[in-house]
Amino acid sequence: MASLDRVKVLVLGDSGVGKSSLVHLICQGQVLGNPSWTVGCSVDVRVQDYKEGTPEEKTFYIELWDVGGSVGSSSSVKSTRAVFYNSVNGIILVHDLTNKKSSQNLYRWSMEALNKDSSPTGVIVSNGDYDREQFAENTVPLLLIGTKFDQIPENKRSEVLTRTAFLSEDFNAEEINLIPGFTDRKRFNFKSLHYD
Amino acid sequence: MSFLVDSVIMFTSQVLFFGFGWLFFMRQLFKDYEVRQYVVQVVFSVTFAFSCTMFELIIFEILGALSSTSRYFHWKLNLYVILLVLIFVVPFYIGYFVVSNIRLLHRQRLLFACMVWFTFMYFFWKLGDPFPILSPKHGILSIEQLISRVGVIGVTLMALLSGFGAVNCPYTYMSYFLRNVTDSDILALERRLLQTMDMIVSKKKRIAMTRRQMYQRGEDQNKQTGFWGMIKSVTSTQTGSENLSLIQQEVDALEELSRQLFLETVDLQATKERIEYSKTFQGKYFNFLGYFFSIYCVWKIFMATINIVFDRVGKTDPVTRGIEITVNYLGIQFDVKFWSQHISFILVGIIIVTSIRGLLITLTKFFYAISSSKSSNVIVLVLAQIMGMYFVSSVLLMRMSMPLEYRSIVTEVLGELQFNFYHRWFDVIFLVSALSSILFLYLAHKQAPEKHMAL
Repeated sequence: MASLDRVKVLVLGDSGVGKSSLVHLICQGQVLGNPSWTVGCSVDVRVQDYKEGTPEEKTFYIELWDVGGSVGSSSSVKSTRAVFYNSVNGIILVHDLTNKKSSQNLYRWSMEALNKDSSPTGVIVSNGDYDREQFAENTVPLLLIGTKFDQIPENKRSEVLTRTAFLSEDFNAEEINLIPGFTDRKRFNFKSLHYD
Repeated sequence: MSFLVDSVIMFTSQVLFFGFGWLFFMRQLFKDYEVRQYVVQVVFSVTFAFSCTMFELIIFEILGALSSTSRYFHWKLNLYVILLVLIFVVPFYIGYFVVSNIRLLHRQRLLFACMVWFTFMYFFWKLGDPFPILSPKHGILSIEQLISRVGVIGVTLMALLSGFGAVNCPYTYMSYFLRNVTDSDILALERRLLQTMDMIVSKKKRIAMTRRQMYQRGEDQNKQTGFWGMIKSVTSTQTGSENLSLIQQEVDALEELSRQLFLETVDLQATKERIEYSKTFQGKYFNFLGYFFSIYCVWKIFMATINIVFDRVGKTDPVTRGIEITVNYLGIQFDVKFWSQHISFILVGIIIVTSIRGLLITLTKFFYAISSSKSSNVIVLVLAQIMGMYFVSSVLLMRMSMPLEYRSIVTEVLGELQFNFYHRWFDVIFLVSALSSILFLYLAHKQAPEKHMAL
């Protein structure tokens, strides 16, 4: 059982965008009833059959590490968070479609997570500006997820989708927008989920 | 003619203050959020602008700038506007935004917001009863009624913040209180945190795998029919789910542990950074300031106690008293009128600037600590309310720091309030707040090294 290979994926994003709900949905298959603040890091596991149905089928444990907090946290919180960024196989960046700031902060989140290896003292060296070159040589796959689509009024939806298309181009990332169902405002349906 | 000129000056300065409040809101408070309701930003900036104008009028009073009739007029105008904002506008919007967040009441927001406002007014009015703040000759709808209540709330806030600040300031500045933290402590704690996380992960893997196997077996179970099949399915799922709930409990306990470890690590990192900072030149400077402030703090507590015990309220302000001492005891002769004006200007200016700055910094810290994307609007409005009340009461209390000739306008404009009561109330709350902060910090300090030792 424990001999299955593990895949460690970070789930990053601002407070309140829906990371814990997302992780709960992926791993438990249910909607999270009472989301509360994530202190530190909460992990959940999903057993995934890679390339199901083909002869190369392999079962993996996907660990989703949901790291709480904000980009503006003090440096002591940031250096403590940095211990979670070791040996990461993939990063999921979550942003709230109703809040533009959360999309802008994703640049800083990805810098924080990817710069971990280049600064052994744990202090973030760069001044936070977005640097496309750093993303070009990045080998860690990124996935961008936008939440709360149902809370956007009908007439603004296409504008939001264009904005997020630009965003995912910047990151060289795959993009998924979660389209919800009818009753619960946070009920999501998945289209597909795949990693390189 | 001069009235027109004065009004233009006042208006320009108000626009400047409004702009400053707007910028502060955008750059500092709402740095990580998107401003969706511009009403909030406008209300905040308006409150800030009118509060600063009050301070500006005091400065003008001391300097003798602008003619006294126009000063008086602007005082009254300013006061009415600020009371209007603090009592009608801000509480109404707070109620409105709180109600908008609650889904059930979403349809009839306005109605419920009005209800909330009426409840607020009721309690606000009742607040005046236990305090001896008014003489009976005031009517029920006079301005004094409103100011006195706003003053009580504001003075309480000021005293609480003051007391806590007076104690906390030396505590944070002085490196004497810093616990000794080494790099190896932090590394050990981080290792424990990661180990706990790994344990959580392995237990969750077991749960996920067991659930998956149960699910797969469950599909076979459905094919089993007959009496024995039913019994077999009942017993096997029972042990399976018992196992699961046991592991789940272990996971919950481990998650709680991981949270605590995370918070402790953050604490240690912060302490280590403070230790490094205290070795720098700036740090040494603040350390020295810390000693100075601790003496000041002890003196203030002592004075507050004396004031309460001996039931005295200072009759003269520090400026006049200082000048009296220098003239009478040190025999230095100088132009009292000239110097008293300048010294009070500087003193009052310093008080104003430090209190505005201190309040804005505290509000920002508070806002970062407790706001979320849902409640940010409500919290900013609450902060605007606190800020307005704080500034109004600091004008009230500042009366004591000014020489007699400048006090007159404050007394005239604010009406016949029992100013002595406010000073006494401030002393009491200051004392209570300072002593409880000392107790609180002492307990927190004692508890932390014990936790650290237990690792």
